[in-house]
Amino acid sequence: MTTPGVVAIGTSWGGLSALGRILSSLPGDFRSPIIVVQHRSKDSDNLLAKLLQDISDLKIHEAEDKDTLLPSHVYVAPADYHLLVDAGEVSLTVDAPFRYSRPSIDVAFESVARSFGSAAIGVVLTGANDDGARGLARIIALGGQGIVEDPKTAEMPVMPEAAKRASPSAEVLPLQDIPARLVRMVNAPGQMKRKAG
Amino acid sequence: MAVQIETVRPKQGDAADAKPDLERIEVELLLEGVYRQYGFDFRSYAYASIRRRLWKRIESEGLTSLSALQERVLHEPEMMEKLLLDLSINVTAMFRDPGFYVAFREKVIPMLRTYPFIRLWHAGCSTGEEVFSMAILLKEEGLYERSRIYATDINEVVLQRAKGGIFPIDRMQEYTDNYIRAGGKSSFSEYYTAKYGGALFSPSLTKNVVFSQHNLVTDKSFSEFNVILCRNVLIYFDKELQTKVHELFYGSLSMFGLLCLGSKESMRFMRYEQCYEQVSGEKIYRKVK
Ligand SMILES: C[S@@+](CC[C@H](N)C(=O)[O-])C[C@H]1O[C@@H](n2cnc3c(N)ncnc32)[C@H](O)[C@@H]1O
Repeated sequence: MTTPGVVAIGTSWGGLSALGRILSSLPGDFRSPIIVVQHRSKDSDNLLAKLLQDISDLKIHEAEDKDTLLPSHVYVAPADYHLLVDAGEVSLTVDAPFRYSRPSIDVAFESVARSFGSAAIGVVLTGANDDGARGLARIIALGGQGIVEDPKTAEMPVMPEAAKRASPSAEVLPLQDIPARLVRMVNAPGQMKRKAG
Repeated sequence: MAVQIETVRPKQGDAADAKPDLERIEVELLLEGVYRQYGFDFRSYAYASIRRRLWKRIESEGLTSLSALQERVLHEPEMMEKLLLDLSINVTAMFRDPGFYVAFREKVIPMLRTYPFIRLWHAGCSTGEEVFSMAILLKEEGLYERSRIYATDINEVVLQRAKGGIFPIDRMQEYTDNYIRAGGKSSFSEYYTAKYGGALFSPSLTKNVVFSQHNLVTDKSFSEFNVILCRNVLIYFDKELQTKVHELFYGSLSMFGLLCLGSKESMRFMRYEQCYEQVSGEKIYRKVK
């Protein structure tokens, strides 16, 4: 059986509503685990996970160290920690912020790229800085796939613009089309060959 | 059909995915080499974090592979020195997670009041910010005089810094905010004076503190404690090593002693879980059997 890999979503300014849009549209039997890195203030609590849980059929958690990655579960990077992955597990660190961010999308994506190789899918959504651009490029360089929200649908286009520039081969999609695309990639992987190579 | 819960692992076998597994072999070989050549044992540290640090070093040396780094590290002690710095993550802050200190005041302090003498152990105290935070809290609760704090770390260099009691002045604003939200009862600036280009904390805060080197991986328990604080240290260990260290903590806690972990660490899946009850959502556990 082919394993479904992992979907990693990074966002900043405007992220809550964009994430809501995606997570409320994904089916409860989505076959990958999903990692969410959303910039937020270092003392924010697990409210983000709670808000997202209210509108999603997936199981949403604020990640804890050594959580096992399970299909159709969503792991939100906690405030003030970096989220890394090691094969099937979450690994948190308090390493220094990377380019002013902790959690950093680049750091999480890089780790996802190295752990999951071609089974990694990175998604960059709205945001007001360029975090995620390096990480997405790394996912693609190691054989994974990249999706960037169309800057035209993004509340803040800076982050998707930067990701697009760093990864010309990433698919650019309007926000509302991203969930269906993810379902096709993950739940019907036979159809995802076209981007290989 | 029964729902099957499966762990998601990277694909294996197909050529495009050979990379992650080969990488693991290389990382393990390097760590084994470092251990046998220099005696530093990172073999049971969390893989994801070690890998990140190794690649950072590889990139800043202009190398391209783990094997190339291994070659350099094993033959050049200076490269080992650099790597050692990369691998020691000493990031810390005063009153980090103010909510923890609020919970400590509310849930733990009342228990400690019933003791004539209180022994605390800060394991992995880094440069001491946490230790000074706890000393301030105990002082404000009127318990400092009957407390003794043992503050340990594997790293001599950070312990020396901790003993000095001088912290970067440019972080005082952040720490003051944390202190206030942590339920501080006084004015934070009363605890330090600007000196030597830093904030020099009152020596009265460390008069009941003993700083000493202790390695959680290899050293034994050295006493019995009422409180053990080990925050954001175990996240750098793999599960097996976490279990070993939990054994050490369990053996070093008195009955009804308290174990305080970092806010995203937990006792789940640990053999000792059922020996504790959680007294606060802030990862404070009480040994009950
Ligand atoms: C990220 S710091 C945590 C500092 C502080 N407890 C906090 O939460 O702010 C991790 C500390 O663990 C120490 N450490 C790492 N391995 C250790 C070991 N085997 N034994 C003791 N301390 C260790 C490191 O030297 C570092 O100072």
